[in-house]
Amino acid sequence: MLHIVFAVTLTTLAVAAVLAFIRLVCGPTLPDRVIAIDLMGVLIVCLLVVVAASTAQRAFLDVAIVIALISFVGTVAYARYVEREPS
Amino acid sequence: MTEWLSGVLFIAGAALALLAGVGVLRMPDVFTRMQASTKASTLGLGCLLAGLAIRQPEVSFVVRAATIGAFMMLTSAVAAHVIARAAALGGAPLWNGTVIDERPAERADSENPRD
Repeated sequence: MLHIVFAVTLTTLAVAAVLAFIRLVCGPTLPDRVIAIDLMGVLIVCLLVVVAASTAQRAFLDVAIVIALISFVGTVAYARYVEREPS
Repeated sequence: MTEWLSGVLFIAGAALALLAGVGVLRMPDVFTRMQASTKASTLGLGCLLAGLAIRQPEVSFVVRAATIGAFMMLTSAVAAHVIARAAALGGAPLWNGTVIDERPAERADSENPRD
């Protein structure tokens, strides 16, 4: 039963990442794109958590921690860049 | 029993993440997009981590899941605040149906020369 759940979960997360990517491509302003990138980082962490649960490998959780850290720092750096950019 | 519970939590987390994606795509405004992304993705990741901790009840999995959950709960609010501040200072356009906007008063105050 649970492998069907994992397949549905991974497919749903992939669809959400595609929606965020559409916003990243056609976002009218720069903060929209930063929000889309931030959401894609969170969705990658979600995917890694589901993969760790399905394969019982705890290395995926270490990767998820590192990606969460880097995604936060990148988001803050992008926000500083948006703030400094003269519009 | 635990299998059913973790399955329901995984489905709920994935549905919330999809809701965040739809919200980011369909919301009319920078700030509404940001709140859709932040809330739904945080709760969705929380559901997925709870499902993981129920599915793999070992110390190494549960500790890592709790670490990821605590870190994302702390940092998603900070990141959303920083993005919203940058967008507001940059003069991002608001949706037509916005009820209240306190930015013009702040901007008038900040543009007045202090003497």
